[in-house]
Amino acid sequence: MSEAARGVDPAARGTLLSVRNLRKEFPIKKGVFSRQVGAVKAVNNVSFDVARGETLGIVGESGCGKTTAGRSILRLLEPTSGEIHFEGRDVRAMRTSELRAVRREMQIIFQDPVSSLNPRMTVGAIIREGLTIHKLAEGAAADARVSQLLREVGLRPEYATRYPHEFSGGQRQRIGIARALSVEPKFIVCDEPVSALDVSVQAQVINLLEDLQNLHNLTYMFIAHDLSVVEHIADRVAVMYLGKIVELATADDLYREPLMPYTQALLSAVPVADPKSRKKRIILSGDVPSPANPPPGCVFHPRCHHPAKDVACMKIVPPLEEKAPGHFVHCIKQTPTTISWEQQKEAGGVHPPERYLPLAAVHG
Amino acid sequence: MTSPLLSIRDLRTWFYTESGVARAVDGVSFDVGAGETVGIVGESGCGKSVTALSILRLIQPPGRIEPGSRIEFEGKNLVTLPDAEMRRIRGNRISMIFQEPMSALNPVFTVGDQVAEVARIHAGLSRKKAWDRAVETLALTGIPAPEERAKQYPHQLSGGMRQRVLIAMALIMKPALVIADEPTTALDVTIQAQILDLLVHLQKEFGTSILMITHDLGVIAETTSRVIVMYAGEIVEEASATELFAHPHHPYTEGLMHSMPHIGHDQERLNVIPGTVPAPTNWPHGCRFRERCPYSWDLPEREHPPLYDVGTGHVSRCHLAREPERRNHPHEPLVVLEGVSAA
Repeated sequence: MSEAARGVDPAARGTLLSVRNLRKEFPIKKGVFSRQVGAVKAVNNVSFDVARGETLGIVGESGCGKTTAGRSILRLLEPTSGEIHFEGRDVRAMRTSELRAVRREMQIIFQDPVSSLNPRMTVGAIIREGLTIHKLAEGAAADARVSQLLREVGLRPEYATRYPHEFSGGQRQRIGIARALSVEPKFIVCDEPVSALDVSVQAQVINLLEDLQNLHNLTYMFIAHDLSVVEHIADRVAVMYLGKIVELATADDLYREPLMPYTQALLSAVPVADPKSRKKRIILSGDVPSPANPPPGCVFHPRCHHPAKDVACMKIVPPLEEKAPGHFVHCIKQTPTTISWEQQKEAGGVHPPERYLPLAAVHG
Repeated sequence: MTSPLLSIRDLRTWFYTESGVARAVDGVSFDVGAGETVGIVGESGCGKSVTALSILRLIQPPGRIEPGSRIEFEGKNLVTLPDAEMRRIRGNRISMIFQEPMSALNPVFTVGDQVAEVARIHAGLSRKKAWDRAVETLALTGIPAPEERAKQYPHQLSGGMRQRVLIAMALIMKPALVIADEPTTALDVTIQAQILDLLVHLQKEFGTSILMITHDLGVIAETTSRVIVMYAGEIVEEASATELFAHPHHPYTEGLMHSMPHIGHDQERLNVIPGTVPAPTNWPHGCRFRERCPYSWDLPEREHPPLYDVGTGHVSRCHLAREPERRNHPHEPLVVLEGVSAA
């Protein structure tokens, strides 16, 4: 499959962000000379596109690399290798001054609304900082802009003189959103923006993010572990496991017919708020292996429940291949596959690939 | 049902802070029957965890359980029990599973020692016998190679494994009641599924009663038979799980259910409960949910609602029970919804 085909361009809105073969490794050092003895492959060869105005959801469990991926794209963490293009500009090749300029267009909202706001700065000063750094406004114009931003995120302009500790979790997250919006970005990485919030407040913040997206034509990369929140907010969803994207599809396709056995298990594991639901549950055995020492072949094979799983899964690294229009899956056993049965047999395979949809009865 | 295993009457746990008296738990009454799984659901600050800690008398100053509160367990009132006797109940007849498995375990002892310690203290077992019992219990919780794992330290185990160790500690004495306070909140969803599965299985096997405390309605629906909804230090609704999810009565319960996105039932826009939970030092008069409620009228302001009977075993602290037709005419809540202004 060509690299270009991987990033679907859903509404011909044009690609805003394009990521190719992104890797981020953290060295493991040992001994007095800090000799490098290995590396944690937090993000392991990830490629995707984000279209203008789109929300790309990234889901996965702790340690899957979703947060590292988000930060590497903004170069808050320096990627080990790979290409990042934002509006055609090569982000990885940028020098500090250029990077600062592009960061005006690429912002981030953090998970923890407590630690991401400086407790010694007033809310107004927090929001103003970006305006000053990027020389967008000063003096009375900056004050007016801060008031406007506070109103936009549903807070009173008088709050500008208060300190972060005076606010609830949901209000602090609104302040973080106002800060991100202050520099008029085009793209925002939302890194678990609602995970620390209560359900009712979470809904308020999600609605706010959607309203702001419509108002300013924003593009989001929405990172979360909560599958139901991502289904609600995202147009397309990438599922990550051990540093790799294992499935990428529109939210509708992914939730209606997940094809990667990991996604199937993940979706089936979400508790349903209906005691009468007779949902089929796939309980995965064991834990996620260490990203310092990922399994060979398919990273998911030790926990996989696909009936055709065999030795070939340990030998062949599955490509992220298109199994249905716009639906990319990392699995050599889920048909159709470009890894032929002959190739699989050569690698020791004994079960031919087959279509496996264990949740189909429930959804259909 | 014969007399319940646990019977709480008018529990009030107040905290005497500098900014006033925080009435964290303010007149809570409920029962847990033998072998029953009861859920308490609510958001941060509703009083669910303080209720759990009160049952085990783990409330530290400036908090205290107010006189007149009763926690009857196996015929004793735990509120007035001498400390020595309370220690014999804790970890033995009633045990607790905490949310954060890393901070609930001691990092300098092996997990086997920590599980065995419970049996040495409460059953007076020898070191060797307690260790054997610990390994047996670890095996019950599905830990592979329990003999080996028992010799490891908490940091050598994954989050899911640590939570299994805590479950083993809670179960080693075969307690009558296990209180699980957000037992899966810190875990990933696939591991959460394993742990919930284990709790349901162990509950059936031993007939232990479980009090499941969580903010997650999904966890409640999958594990409990009866549900208590708490808001602002009070019980606002109680019903069987099937009844509650089919016919939520209290506007807060209704709001909670509607504000969470459901997989496979995506809606254009999420419903929200406007505003935030009031401060526990200053609960509103009358109905505590009034300002955030889309149905409120003058009665909820004047009169604090009692728990009305609204169906078989279904109670709700909402005056709508008296004037149900008002549900057909929702209005804008009194607190202004903090939303976007397209200015």
